[in-house]
Amino acid sequence: MAIDAHEIRNWLEAECPVEMRAATRGDEDVCWGGRRWAFQSPAQKLWFERCLARGFTVPTWPREYGGAGLSRDEADVLYAEMRRIGARPPLTSFGISMLGPALLAFGTPAQKAEHLPRIALGQIRWCQGYSEPGAGSDLASLATRAEDKGDHFLVNGQKIWTSYADKADWIFCLVRTNRDAKKQLGISFVLIDMATPGVSTRPIVLISGKSPFCETFFDDVAVPKGNLVGKLDRGWDVAKYLLTHEREMIAGGGSNLFDSHALDKAAAQVRPKDPILRAKIAEAAVDTYAFDATRRRYSDEVARGGELGARSALLKYDGAELNKRRHELAMSLAGADGLYFDGNREPGVAEGWLRSKGNSIEGGTSEVMLDIVAKRLLDLPAD
Amino acid sequence: MLTLDEDQTLLMDSARAGVAQASPVSEYRRLREPQGEGFSRRFWATCGEMGWSGVLVDEAHGGSGFGVLGAGLLAREMARTLTLSPFLSTAVLAAAALGAGGSPAQRQEWLPRIAAAEAIVAFAHEDTPGGWPTMAHLESPDFRLEGEKSFVLDGHVADALIVSARTDNGPYLVLVDPKANGVSRQTRILVDGRRVATYRFEGVEVDEFAFLPGGALALERTLDVARAVLAASACGVAEEAFRRTLEYLKERRQFDRRIGSFQALQHRAGLAHIAVENAWSATLVALQALDSGANSAAFDVAVAKSKASRAAQEVTAECLQMHGGVGMTDAFDVGLYLKRARVDATLFGDAAFHADRVATMLGY
Ligand SMILES: Cc1cc2nc3c(=O)[nH]c(=O)nc-3n(C[C@H](O)[C@H](O)[C@H](O)COP(=O)(O)OP(=O)(O)OC[C@H]3O[C@@H](n4cnc5c(N)ncnc54)[C@H](O)[C@@H]3O)c2cc1C
Repeated sequence: MAIDAHEIRNWLEAECPVEMRAATRGDEDVCWGGRRWAFQSPAQKLWFERCLARGFTVPTWPREYGGAGLSRDEADVLYAEMRRIGARPPLTSFGISMLGPALLAFGTPAQKAEHLPRIALGQIRWCQGYSEPGAGSDLASLATRAEDKGDHFLVNGQKIWTSYADKADWIFCLVRTNRDAKKQLGISFVLIDMATPGVSTRPIVLISGKSPFCETFFDDVAVPKGNLVGKLDRGWDVAKYLLTHEREMIAGGGSNLFDSHALDKAAAQVRPKDPILRAKIAEAAVDTYAFDATRRRYSDEVARGGELGARSALLKYDGAELNKRRHELAMSLAGADGLYFDGNREPGVAEGWLRSKGNSIEGGTSEVMLDIVAKRLLDLPAD
Repeated sequence: MLTLDEDQTLLMDSARAGVAQASPVSEYRRLREPQGEGFSRRFWATCGEMGWSGVLVDEAHGGSGFGVLGAGLLAREMARTLTLSPFLSTAVLAAAALGAGGSPAQRQEWLPRIAAAEAIVAFAHEDTPGGWPTMAHLESPDFRLEGEKSFVLDGHVADALIVSARTDNGPYLVLVDPKANGVSRQTRILVDGRRVATYRFEGVEVDEFAFLPGGALALERTLDVARAVLAASACGVAEEAFRRTLEYLKERRQFDRRIGSFQALQHRAGLAHIAVENAWSATLVALQALDSGANSAAFDVAVAKSKASRAAQEVTAECLQMHGGVGMTDAFDVGLYLKRARVDATLFGDAAFHADRVATMLGY
């Protein structure tokens, strides 16, 4: 193995700033990168740069694209050591968790060379243009169209729920390139620079009061043909592959019962006060550890060869539901204090609770995940 | 690595085939009847021939030394066909206790016979609620054992007993001859057909060589091994009930469709699958931790036993529901799994008991 747990442990001890070893309270602590990125603290910048130098912003990517070239097993060693000290990810982005894996699998050499290093270096921030007002769970019915204009596509239509579209530099998009074929077979996967004339965004305010996502509009947007990923009309294959990575990432939220600072602090005091709540936390703890064991087991199985495939839907379902449960418990532990929603309070609990409700909707709803488990993993019939 | 290596896979595959052949569900139906001994001596002999009864016995004492993970894999396979045998009492509990805490002489006397399936050694731990707690007190030169134990698996046919008892120096395990003066027993039948005994000890004389030197640590280790192996058994019960249910969902037709095409049942099946997957993952972690001696082993075992117990109860109940009326009949097997799951889930601490331990170990 090219990675030595001992060496990594020492390196983390020496190089990971203390401020970067505390659980993130929300978006304001996350390092997203991008053209317009401003670091939120000197420690965040330092940690990012130190990781970058070792390829640890994208540990499993090949070195030529800015990664560390680690195998999945080796990366697990790194992640375990990071978890041990509570180190934050140096860089988070949809480029890392979603587009990167899809480009590695489907991109041309030129596309990989152009986009992967800029993701690894945190220079470009990506967003995801899948959902439309008329195409949510039934994503394949999407209507945004791309017309062939010789050297480029002309894109017209609307996306919705585009997370961070107003802050992103580029968008990976599903567009209809063929209206005559079966709906899954007329979709293409394209990359669009958000600075292209005709692209505009409008933020949507959520129940948390924040606006992390937008409506995204395309009016006669010219997209070079070289930005098509995978084959024309076969973007559904790319989209599905990318979704398995997205789902695996969302599932990760289910693994850390005590990641929420509200829960670990308050849980220690719950026993004498509220035995029923304590029992609920205990059951959630059991389920969390068991779920995490499944995540690790699948990861080990994949490391031995094979794909995670439809099992990502199982992990996504369970991780999302567990994370919602965790935040409900955190709110219950906070009691009436958790209800304050003004400037004069400890931030994080209510926001986390409200945000978690989206976990079982984004990346495919819990109902859709169970459909996939039933049909793809259990082979249950359609009729 | 939460995967099985080649030897472990081989053990699992050969056990699946061997158990299905030597001890199918039809055999279980025969053995559960109240008139017999409640298990098959022929199958127990097979366990000896296959090295299964010696799974926790080291090679020096004639065992196969597959370890706790091996024992878990075997228990999971045996559960699939509802096998009744002294595997849990003798090959798991007694072998774990003697291995962890026995003196060289005690191990020499019993382990080779356990490995060869030539002895049945029962483990008596659960003090009868409201009964006398079991104590061994010194009346020089010997000790006297007093108390009452329930749920002694295979106690009705045991050649020897390993009894947990309080002493002035903390808890100890003691080897007791079930035919000794002052020992009496009553056989009981559990809801899944399993036989257990209630044992009463009244002034039973035991000499100092009957005590397992391992003391409290050996008791804890034995309990953890039993819990993890029972968790694996609960997984086997749930997995098999669910596998059979999936077949039924693909076969049975109503409203001119296969019932497995109804989304309400697909989602129930999906949830059952997730529960079974998580139960096995947690159990695998615990079995491996016991073999490697990880510090986290006691915690991992509590998680596994809690999760697998709850999953087995819930999944087998869902399986029954998805069968409709036939699920309620004795002629159909699914109800047998429901009963077996409840027993596996309850023995050595149920889901709530172990969730409570998890919370305590986490500091709340
Ligand atoms: C926080 C968050 C971030 C998001 N970020 C992005 C993003 O960056 N980019 C992007 O493209 N999209 C994003 N989405 C959109 C997300 O992918 C969609 O919301 C999701 O796919 C559901 O689609 P919908 O909202 O249209 O709901 P609908 O599809 O209208 O669903 C409504 C309800 O019907 C149920 N339902 C639908 N079909 C079935 C069925 N066949 N069987 C049973 N029940 C069914 C659903 O489960 C749900 O409960 C985000 C969503 C959230 C909440």
